[in-house]
Amino acid sequence: MSFPLPARPLRAARLLGPDPERPPSPGPSAAEIIEIAAAAGVRGRGGAGFPLAVKLRSVAAAAEPVRYVIANGEEGEPASAKDRFLLRERPGLVLRGLTLAARAVGAARAYVYVSDARAAHRLDEARDGDTVEIVRAPAAYVAGEETAVVRAVGGGPALPAAKPPRPWQAGLRGAPTLVSNAETLAQLALAVRLGPDAYRAYGTPESPGTFLATLSGAGTPAALYEVPYGVPLRELVTAHRGTADGVTGVLAGGFAGGLLPPAALGLPLTHAAFAEAGGTLGCGAFVLLAGDCPVGAAADVAAFFDRENARQCGSCVKGTAGVADVLARLAAGAATPGDVEQLERWGEALAGRGDCATPDAVSVLVGSLFRHHRDTVRAHVEGACARCAGFPVTADTRFRVSLEER
Amino acid sequence: MKVVIDAAACDGKGYCKRFAPEVFALDEWGYGRVLVDEVTPEAEANTRAAVEACPLQAIRTV
Repeated sequence: MSFPLPARPLRAARLLGPDPERPPSPGPSAAEIIEIAAAAGVRGRGGAGFPLAVKLRSVAAAAEPVRYVIANGEEGEPASAKDRFLLRERPGLVLRGLTLAARAVGAARAYVYVSDARAAHRLDEARDGDTVEIVRAPAAYVAGEETAVVRAVGGGPALPAAKPPRPWQAGLRGAPTLVSNAETLAQLALAVRLGPDAYRAYGTPESPGTFLATLSGAGTPAALYEVPYGVPLRELVTAHRGTADGVTGVLAGGFAGGLLPPAALGLPLTHAAFAEAGGTLGCGAFVLLAGDCPVGAAADVAAFFDRENARQCGSCVKGTAGVADVLARLAAGAATPGDVEQLERWGEALAGRGDCATPDAVSVLVGSLFRHHRDTVRAHVEGACARCAGFPVTADTRFRVSLEER
Repeated sequence: MKVVIDAAACDGKGYCKRFAPEVFALDEWGYGRVLVDEVTPEAEANTRAAVEACPLQAIRTV
């Protein structure tokens, strides 16, 4: 069974290259693995881009003798498909990375947390003995948040908890726990196989190596790309749809990265460049907009966050619902100038108002709308927008990358 | 001393602001919000009183 989306290498094929046989045991020691992760500069592929070696060191240095590692394969991000690709098509690479991480931190047990049924099946086939446990996750946006992961693997609800403590301090059953995105672990396996110098042959000093990007939107069928960090977004978009012309905006880094203007096409794909532009590379998902009204696009994304809200934190429950409501009315030409003022204020006030980053995502979305499209927002108060009318807010987000068989 | 509010536990009773207005405020929706990165020594007694007073036990010092 082949993966429903095409997966194409751009300039480099590592994750998409042939998967060689397991390297001869015993392989590198715990200290060597951490040293390789540090020297290669492996950064997290789940969203924050946090240096893997720092997390590994924190768990490895814990006073508690029992530690755990969890591969986070719960890809709740609707515009991303790369973790499910890796788990289904390169399960051996993810499991090898997980085993290396477990050795590096001295973990008692290793888990893969995954909601995709086919991925769980492929992992089960690929795992060696019972050293790795596969835990099924509910398919929900918040279920992939690191504290939700820890709670769910421990038998609890897949809901975020207050931080601190972070999982590396006190995670599964209270023990120091490394929670790492599935691609991050695959990258660790690559770094160990290639060595730090070869790993850094692609990418930039600040964002070394390659990553998997999911491109969708703008009327072009979605596809996955392995691309070195540092390549301009324009080159990736051009490889994907033949031209970057006609792109009127991009949801960069996934739903948590806000709406960037077409000028973002000129950015190099690095953590630093996207952070400086007020966005994020996030999980490498890029939804291209062509013809969509930014207000309508924001209304769709806000409605998604309202539906997926964990309903735990009062400000986020109310603020996200309020933002989604105003954006829906704005898209329908039924919002007042007062609504628009309130929308901007709510967007600012939502930052940091929850146990997880959902309110921050909504805050970034609203902030980017006002930063890049203030005049367009104002025009919606004057009357209904024809472009928005073409894309009514639907029961599921229209930006979801579907893995249904076609 | 740092202080954090568990947003999922907070119910907006507002005791925190009443006991330590220099450290806590209520946000746009009436839920508790920490105003400072670091609690000053002068504000520590009030902050501890707020931690004690919160009926939801939603405030922790770290």
